[in-house]
This record gives sequence, structure tokens and C-alpha cells, in this order.
Amino acid sequence: MRISRRILAGLATASLAVTATSCGGGGTSGSFDDTVTVGILHSLSGTMAISESTLVDTEKMAIEEINAAGGVTVGGKSYKIEYIVEDGASDWPTFAEKSKKLIDQDGVPVVFGGWTSASRKAMLPVYESKDAFLYYPIQYEAQECSNNIFYTGATPNQQSEPATDFMYKRSPAAGGDFFLVGSDYVFPRTSNTITKAQVKQLGGKVVGEDYLPLGNTEVAPIISKIKKALPEGGIIINTLNGDQNVAFFKQIQDAGITPSSGYYVMNYSIAEEEISTIGPEFLEGHYGAWNYMMSIDTPASKKFAASFKKRWGADRVVADPQESAYNMVYLWKQAVEDAGTFDDNAVREALVGQTFDAPQGPVEVMPNHHLSQTVRIGEINAEGGFTILEETGVVLPQAWNQKHPSSKGFACDWTDPSKGEKYKL
Amino acid sequence: MELLLDSLFNGIAIGSVLLVAALGLAIVFGLMGVINLAHGELMMLGAYTTYVTQLIFKLPILKPFYNSYIIVSIFLAFIVSGVVGILLEKTIIRKLYGSPLETLLATWGVSLILQQFVRSVPLAYGTGLVISLLIGLFLPTTFPSKIKESINFKYFKFSSWIFAALTGVLTGSVISSSVSKLSRASARNVDVTAPSWMRGQVEIIGTAFPKTRLMIIVITLISVIAITLFLNQSAWGMRIRAVTQNRQMSDCLGISTEKVDIITFGIGSGLAGVAGVAVSLLGSVGPNVGGNYIVGCFMVVVLGGVGNLLGTVLASFGIGIMTDLIGAGRLLSIWPDMPLPLSNTINFFATTSMARVMIFALIVIFLQFKPTGLFPQKGRMVEN
Repeated sequence: MRISRRILAGLATASLAVTATSCGGGGTSGSFDDTVTVGILHSLSGTMAISESTLVDTEKMAIEEINAAGGVTVGGKSYKIEYIVEDGASDWPTFAEKSKKLIDQDGVPVVFGGWTSASRKAMLPVYESKDAFLYYPIQYEAQECSNNIFYTGATPNQQSEPATDFMYKRSPAAGGDFFLVGSDYVFPRTSNTITKAQVKQLGGKVVGEDYLPLGNTEVAPIISKIKKALPEGGIIINTLNGDQNVAFFKQIQDAGITPSSGYYVMNYSIAEEEISTIGPEFLEGHYGAWNYMMSIDTPASKKFAASFKKRWGADRVVADPQESAYNMVYLWKQAVEDAGTFDDNAVREALVGQTFDAPQGPVEVMPNHHLSQTVRIGEINAEGGFTILEETGVVLPQAWNQKHPSSKGFACDWTDPSKGEKYKL
Repeated sequence: MELLLDSLFNGIAIGSVLLVAALGLAIVFGLMGVINLAHGELMMLGAYTTYVTQLIFKLPILKPFYNSYIIVSIFLAFIVSGVVGILLEKTIIRKLYGSPLETLLATWGVSLILQQFVRSVPLAYGTGLVISLLIGLFLPTTFPSKIKESINFKYFKFSSWIFAALTGVLTGSVISSSVSKLSRASARNVDVTAPSWMRGQVEIIGTAFPKTRLMIIVITLISVIAITLFLNQSAWGMRIRAVTQNRQMSDCLGISTEKVDIITFGIGSGLAGVAGVAVSLLGSVGPNVGGNYIVGCFMVVVLGGVGNLLGTVLASFGIGIMTDLIGAGRLLSIWPDMPLPLSNTINFFATTSMARVMIFALIVIFLQFKPTGLFPQKGRMVEN
């Protein structure tokens, strides 16, 4: 028993050394006083690898940029950022396990990671019990507000609510009935509950909703239902996940559910990366809503896209999740410098109120650990990008959605000890 | 009337996807009793074959024939999955006949290997590998019997494998240099776009039907008819049935059971490849595409009664029609003013997720009464 433990420990250190040497990145020749190692935790294998590996690429790029500009300066000392990349393997318990490893064994001050809500929900108790920090970069269903997580993606009121409003009031199908389609898991169901409440408020009608179990690509029953519920066309809100979108769009086009016959699909999970996978010929004329779109015509946006292409290849694209991932690395760096320490609690306090000139425009960290963001509605064009139709001003994040029946009237504020995770407004 | 037609068509459309996917398994599992968990991955190989064929047909020389690539890919997919299936039979499954649990584990392992293979190996070299397997396995069988019987046959065999390997590497590099999309390994899902004549709808008796669905129904029908004819009319088909019914006796009567096993498994695997072409028309092609269908396949085969093709056909159309009836809430439109509690129940199950729950529940209940499926196997074999 004793020997095997020793061997295990030896193996662990050996493998650690290997990961540290193979993944410790950011090679610049600048001189630094010290190094700080951060954790990156995304799926590099399994179903989610396709999406999540783009985040790893973006985070590496942000770290390299920071290092090239002199690293992080804390208490007069300059630190070079190094990173340990761990693979969550598209398996939610693995995310929790690897989080423990990064926090306990590697002692990283911060972990950038996660994509699916399921992986976040699996990691949350780990970070809360160890009082460590996770930065989570994906647009999600909200209804959560942890003291130990910073959410840099959009909450529903920063994506789906303005999108529903646009579809009902200003799209070519304005005033039409709604049909909601989604994959069967927490994000689409929560998002659609909010959409239903909002459509009711607007005076519209939701005539049907259906959920496809994850992995299922048989869309025929959904198509018959859409045709029955919306015989003359209308608005379809789509929250399907990954590959299921391919099946959905291929089959609805074959069934004649297209923009030219009056059906307009608003998508919450299709960004530039997904458009190129599904094929723009299936998506042209439908809509998407994001905070960042590659076609934003500002110097910051162009610079972000250009540096990514330069670093990872000319055929690569950037999309909203990557932008959020990019922002969070910079926000962490700013907060650490303001706090003057890597200590978690001081960084947490310094982070709220940080502003950053992100590729999407200015963002600010709010007391509920989410970001204020700009929302854009785009029409998908034949080139595989978005033609931006509308842009809101800065929208404040709602961790507890004000249209969802279970969270109406609640908010989150971590700067005030008497308020905390969920308090009544 | 239109409603009924629409419902029937949808049911048949869903059923034919299930049927084409389960057909190969019905043969491998039904006739040979092999629980092949890699069946889904053989489908996946068929789907990737479609993708590769599509890209190759975009090359300037083949461009004029682009519209027919889907027909060509049906045959290629049959060959590719069939060859991989034969290799699988020769190397792994043959040693595990009669031990279903070990077969189950081994084929599950193979399915993981195949998934990772398409993720990590550039498709161009994957194609090259399949080509060299094809040559290596079949070239020796074409030698005249004089050479086959000579003592030095193993050298001939060996040299043909070398030839096969060289051809494989050569084709791999040719494809990789001419189609850049195939030259790099990628875990990303890819997309098969149906040629223009297969997109859109056709109108039959006032109702519009998607062409891809009709195409899948046609592929399924042809596969079922072909396999039925093969099993019932051809000499090999008769041998396969003989071995299924009584292996020892067939062996005694001079049927090479080894060859029969290879052919049966090869055909079952090849049909999985054809199913891969069909599903590539519906959704995206990725390493996990086959895994989504495997449960459905086993469900159909078990429900239909192991070892019976007619059962498989009826079971898949039955499940297809039930899925459409429940999932799309058809009963409500047929009988709009039914009493409230009943209509609420039907509405509750009228989502894709709940319809699936309902279907599984119905199958479980059905199997309680008929544990051997719709058409149970009768006779001596059952007792063994």
C-alpha cells in the first residue's frame, strides 16, 4: 500500500512536470522578476472539444499578448504569466476533479474555464468550498450568482430579450407567432421560459415549443409541428446545440421552412464558427444575437480578429465566446494589478468596477460578477458572417432574470455583505 | 386524407432511417448472434466516405459528374465499411464467437478506437489505409489456385500486402495534396451537402415531400430487397442460412463456415456503411454520429425478433409511425374535440423527448408479453 502510494505520488509529480514543461507557454524574451501560473480548463477531447479548444487558443493568445507587453505588475514586481492546460474531456465530473487538481496541487490563483452549464454546475461547489476563483466565458441562462465565479458571457437579458424584442417588433416577421425549438437541457428550457414570459408581455403568442434530446437528430416530428402551428410562416426561436443545428437547418430547408416562405429563425447558439460548420447556404437570411460579431467595424474588433488569425491561421474565425474569453484574461490582469496581490479576496474586490476596452466596445464588471455588454442583432449573410442590423447601448447584466417567474424581483450584489447572492429588490 | 398521408409519410421516413441503420445489425446480431457495438462507428465510416467522395468529386476532372456523387458514395461506403468489418471479424470477433460479453466489450473498444481514428488521422490517409486493406485482403484471393496451393503462398501474400501498403500511401498522398480539406486531421464535424437535384421538395397528390427523405426511403427499400434476394435466392445466401440454423451440420456437409462468417459480417458492416450515407444527408458528419443511432438499432432488432428481417422491417416502421403519432400530437388533429384529461395527456407526450420516453415504455411493456419480439425464432436453434 505504502509503495503503491509512493509510486502514485511519483507518477503524479512526473506527469505534472511533463504538463508544466509542455504546456508552460508564452515564450517571450523580456525579463521578468517572477512568474505566476494560471489554470486553463476546457475540453480538449470529446464532443465539446471542437468549441472549447477555440477558447484555449484565445486564452493562450491573450496571455502571450500580456506577457509581450511586460506581464503583470504586482507590488512593483513584474510577473510573467504561465499556464497549465487541463482537459475537462467533455465530462462534467472531470471538470470538478481537474479544478481540485489545479487549485490544490498547482496552487493557481485563478482558473479560466468551462463551456457548458453542466460543467459549470459541476465545478461550482469546488470553487465555493475552496474559496478559489473561476472565470467563465460563455453566454448562459443565468439564474446563478456565485461569489467565486466571474461570468463574462451574456445573461439572457443581454442576448435573448433584445433578440425577441427585435423579432416581434422589427423583423420581416414582426407581429407573427413564435415557435420555440431547443435541445433538451437546462439552457434552452430556462431561456424559453423567459422568452415565453416576454412574448406574453409584448402581446404576442407562442404557438408551440419542442425539445430535441441531446444526440437526437430526427427533426421530422418538429417540422410537422412547426408547419401545423405556423402554416403561413412566423418566428422560430432556436436554442439547439452544436450538431443538432446542422440536422435542423438541413431538414427545415428541405421541408420549405425558409426565409423566402416567411419563416425566420433567431439563433442563440450559432456564431461565426458554427455558421462555417453548418454552411451559410442553409442559414442565409436567418438571425443571430451576440455581444461580439466578427463583422464589427471598429479598430479594437479588427485588431482582435487579425491577431487571432495571425497567431492561429488565416482560415480561423473569432466569435462571441472567444471574445468573452479574451476579455476575462485582461480583466483578471487589471484587477490583480489594482489589488497589488494575487490574493483571491483582494482581487475579487478590485475586479468589480473594472472597465476594459473590449473588441465589442467598453465592458464593465458589475457587483453581481457579470459584465455590462452591448447587444447586437445580425442577419446571417452568404459569406458566413453577420450583417449587423441593430446595436443596443450598454445593457446591464441580470443574474436573476426579471422575466423568469422564479427569480422576478431578485438581484445579486457581492459588494454589499447584507445583500449577497440573492436579495429582494 | 392529406393529414393521414402526411403522417404516414413522416412515419415511414423516420422508420426508414431506423431500418437502414438496423438492417446491418439485424444480420450481424440476428444471424450471427454477434453483439457489435461498433456498428454505429461502421455507419460513421460510411458517412465519412460520403464526405470524402463529395470532396473528390469537386476536383476538376470529376466535376462534370458531381451530381451523381451520392450514388457512387453508396457503393463506396458499402465497400469501405465492409472491408473494415471484415478486418474486424478476422482479427477480433472470430476469436470471440460464443462469448457475447467479451464480444460486447471488444467491439465497444473498437468503436472508441474508430472514433479517435477519424479525429486524429487526416481523412486522406484514412482513405489510403482503407484502400491498402482492400487490396491486401482481396488481392491474394484472385491469385490462380496453382499459386494458392503452393508452399510459397505466404510469400505471395506478404508481397501483395507490401504492394497494398505502397498503393495506400500513394493514394493517401495524392488525395492529401489535391484536396486540402482532407490533408489535416480534425475533430470538427463536417458537412455533406446533397447535390442540387436532391434538395427541395416534390409534390405528390397535393402534399410536398422533402426529396432527401424520399431518397433515404429509396435507399432503404433497395437495401432491403437486395438483401432479401441475396439471402433467399443466392447460393451464398443459402449457405448463410444453413450455418445460422445448424453450424455443425453445415460444417460436416462441406460448407466453409469460416467463409460464411466473413461474408455475413462483411455484408452486415457494408449495410452499416450504406446507412451512413443516408444519415449524412440528414445531419452533420462527426466522430459521434454513429453512437446516436446504436441504441435505436438494437431496439429495432430486439423488437422485431432476433434473426428475422421481416420483424426488423415491421418494427422500424412501427416505431417510426408511433414516434410521429405521439411526438407530433397527431391524435389531437385527427380527433380535435376529445375530452380534456385525455387531450392534456396527449399534449404532454407531444414533445420529442416525451415521445421517446413513451416509445421506450411501450416497447418494454410489449416485451413483457412477447420477450422474443414480434417474430420469435422457432425450431432447433432456439433450444441450443
